[in-house]
Amino acid sequence: MNLLEIKNLKMDFGKNADALRAVDGVSLTIGTGETVCLVGESGCGKTVTALSIARLVPTPPANYVGGEILLNGRDVLKMSNGELRSIRGGVVSYVFQEPGASLNPVFRIGNQIKESLKLHRPEKATNDEVIRLLKLVGIPAPESRIKNYPFEMSGGMQQRVMIAMALASEPKLLVADEPTTALDVTIQAQILDLLGELKQRLGMAILLITHNLGIVGDMADRVAVMYAGQIVELSPAKELLRRPLHPYTRALMASVPKLHGTAERLSAIPGNVPRIGNFPPGCRFAPRCPIAKPECSDKIPELVEVEAGRWVRCPFWKTP
Amino acid sequence: MGQMSVLENTMSLLEVKNLKVHFPVKHGMFSRVHEFVKAVDDVSFAIEPGETLGLVGESGCGKTTLGRAIVRLVEPTAGRVLLSGEDITQMNGSVLRTRRRKFQMIFQDPYGSLNPRMTVEQIVGEALDIHKLTDSKSARQKRITELLKAVGLDAVYAQRYPHEFSGGQRQRIGIARALAVEPELIICDEPVSALDVSVQAQIINLLQDLQQQRGIAYLFIAHDLAVVEHISRRVMVMYLGKIVETADARTIIREPQHPYTQALISAIPEVDPESKRQRIILPGDVPSPIHPPSGCPFHPRCPIAQLPKCQEEFPEFREVAKNHFTSCHFAGTKIEASRNPARREAV
Repeated sequence: MNLLEIKNLKMDFGKNADALRAVDGVSLTIGTGETVCLVGESGCGKTVTALSIARLVPTPPANYVGGEILLNGRDVLKMSNGELRSIRGGVVSYVFQEPGASLNPVFRIGNQIKESLKLHRPEKATNDEVIRLLKLVGIPAPESRIKNYPFEMSGGMQQRVMIAMALASEPKLLVADEPTTALDVTIQAQILDLLGELKQRLGMAILLITHNLGIVGDMADRVAVMYAGQIVELSPAKELLRRPLHPYTRALMASVPKLHGTAERLSAIPGNVPRIGNFPPGCRFAPRCPIAKPECSDKIPELVEVEAGRWVRCPFWKTP
Repeated sequence: MGQMSVLENTMSLLEVKNLKVHFPVKHGMFSRVHEFVKAVDDVSFAIEPGETLGLVGESGCGKTTLGRAIVRLVEPTAGRVLLSGEDITQMNGSVLRTRRRKFQMIFQDPYGSLNPRMTVEQIVGEALDIHKLTDSKSARQKRITELLKAVGLDAVYAQRYPHEFSGGQRQRIGIARALAVEPELIICDEPVSALDVSVQAQIINLLQDLQQQRGIAYLFIAHDLAVVEHISRRVMVMYLGKIVETADARTIIREPQHPYTQALISAIPEVDPESKRQRIILPGDVPSPIHPPSGCPFHPRCPIAQLPKCQEEFPEFREVAKNHFTSCHFAGTKIEASRNPARREAV
C-alpha cells in the first residue's frame, strides 16, 4: 500500500454557477520514503493539491467535488475533525515558502516547537528534545537559540526552525511548498542539502513543490508537472530531465537559461499562463503549444502511460 | 583601482568611481547616529554604449542600492557617477531632470511599479509629457502606439489599467515607459524574478531585441547567475557592498577566481541529471553590513580562508588575468567540493 494515493481529485472554488475548477482530476501516489516533486507555474493548482492532503483548504470557499485522498489507506476527505487534527502535523507535516510569515512572532522558537511535541508526542515535550531537533536541522548552539524570537534569526535559520517543527511529530510525509523560493541561492543549497540528508536519516517521504526544474534534478525520485489544474506529465525525475515528453515540459525546459549555455536566444513560450476560470477548451496548453493541431481544442487528452512509468497528457508527444 | 579607469580618449557611457552609499542607523532615545550600513562601499566600474553589464549578489549585498544610487533615487554618500563624462552626483533640479532622459529604470515588481489609477496610455505618455517630447496630441498618440508595439503589446490596450494585465504584460508596460524617452542606459533591477518561468524568457528576449535595435546599454541586476550569464557581456559579483569579482560572462562562470563566486555558481541547482558537479555549501549567513567582518569580508564563510591573513588584511581588488579582476588573497584556489565542511555532528 502506498503512503499516499490521490485519486482523480477534483476541487472547485465556489459553488454551482460560480464554481471555478482549481484542481481537475489529479492522481498521484507517493510511496514510503519517496521524494516526489510537483512542478508548475503560479496558479496551476500545485499548492491547493498539496494543502488538500491534510484538508487544509477551507471549505467553503473550496468544494471537493470528486476523487479521494488516501493517506495510509484512509480517505482524508471523509475524516472527522478529530481525525484531521491528529494527521495534521502528525502523519503529514508542512513547511511553507515564507518562514518569517509561518512562525508566530510573539513566541520563542523553543516554545513553538514544544507546542508541536505536546500535541503529537506529549511524553517528549521537553527542552532536551527541542534541542535535539534543532541540532538535527543544523542550528548552531541550540541551547541558547531556543530562547530566540523568530525576528532574531535569519531567513535560512527560520526555515530550519520550521523544518524542526515539522519533524517534531516524526511525520511519514513532509510536504514542502516552495521551501527555498524566498531564500538566497547559497542558503537554498544549505536547506536542500539538509532535506536530502534528513530524508535518508529518517526515512520519510517528501512532496516537494517547486517551480524550479533545477531542484527537481537534485532532489526528486519522481516528478509530476502540472499545468492549469491538471497533471500533464508524470515520470521518474532523471528520465524527465533527460528527455521531457510533453510539449509543455519540453518548452519549459528550453525556456530556462542554463549555465554554460550557448544559446544566443531563449526559446520563449508565447502567451501567458491561463488563469483559473479562463482555461481554454480541450487541451489547456494548446493555445501556446508549438505542435498543436486543430483537434487539440476539441477535448481534453487523457493522461496515458506511454512508456514504463512515464505518463503524458498529449497524444502527439512523439512529434518533435 | 586606478587601472580600471578608462583612457581619456575613449569615453564610457557610464563611469562609476568610488561610489559609496552609507545609511545611518539610529539607536537610543535621542536618535543619535552611531553606526552606518555600508550598503555600497567604494564601488567603481564602467559601462560602454550598447553593452550589458550583469550584477549578481545575494539579498542585502547592496546591488539594488547601487542601481538606485546611479540614477539618484538614493543619494550617494561619496564618489562620482559620470554619464557621458558629466558628473550627475552634483546636478540637481531641472538639470538633473533633463539628464534623466538618458537613463531609465525597470523595476522588479511589475505590480508595485505601475500606478493602478493610470491607464497604460497615461503611464507611457507621462514620460513624454515631462520631457516635452511630442508637440501635438496626434504625435503623442502615435508615439505611444509605436512604443507599445515595440514591446509586443497591442495598441488597443492603451486605454486599460494595470490590473487588467498579467505580470509579463505589466513588465512590458514598464519597459515601454522606460523606452519612451529614448534612454541610452537602462538599469534593470531584477526585471524577471517576479515572473512565471515560461514568461521570463519572453522578457529576456525582448530586452535583447531592444538592445540590438536601439543600442541601449543595460545594467542588469539579478540574483540568478544563469540569467545574468545569458544576457550579459561582463558580470560583476557583489558581496557585502563591495565588488568581489569582475570578468567576462563566460570566463566568470568557467573560471571563477573568487571563492564566493565559485560557491555561488555551484549552489545553482542544475537541470542536467548527468551533472557530476558537487555543491559547495557555504556555512552560515551573509553577515550584517553594519559590522562587516574585518579583513576580507567573506573570510568567516570562506572554505579556503587562511588566518590570520584573511582576517586582518583587506584583499586588494586586482587584475588576475586580462580583464579579470578579483579581490581575494588566494584568488584562483579551487575549493574542494566536499559536502558541507561545517557539517554538524551526527545526532
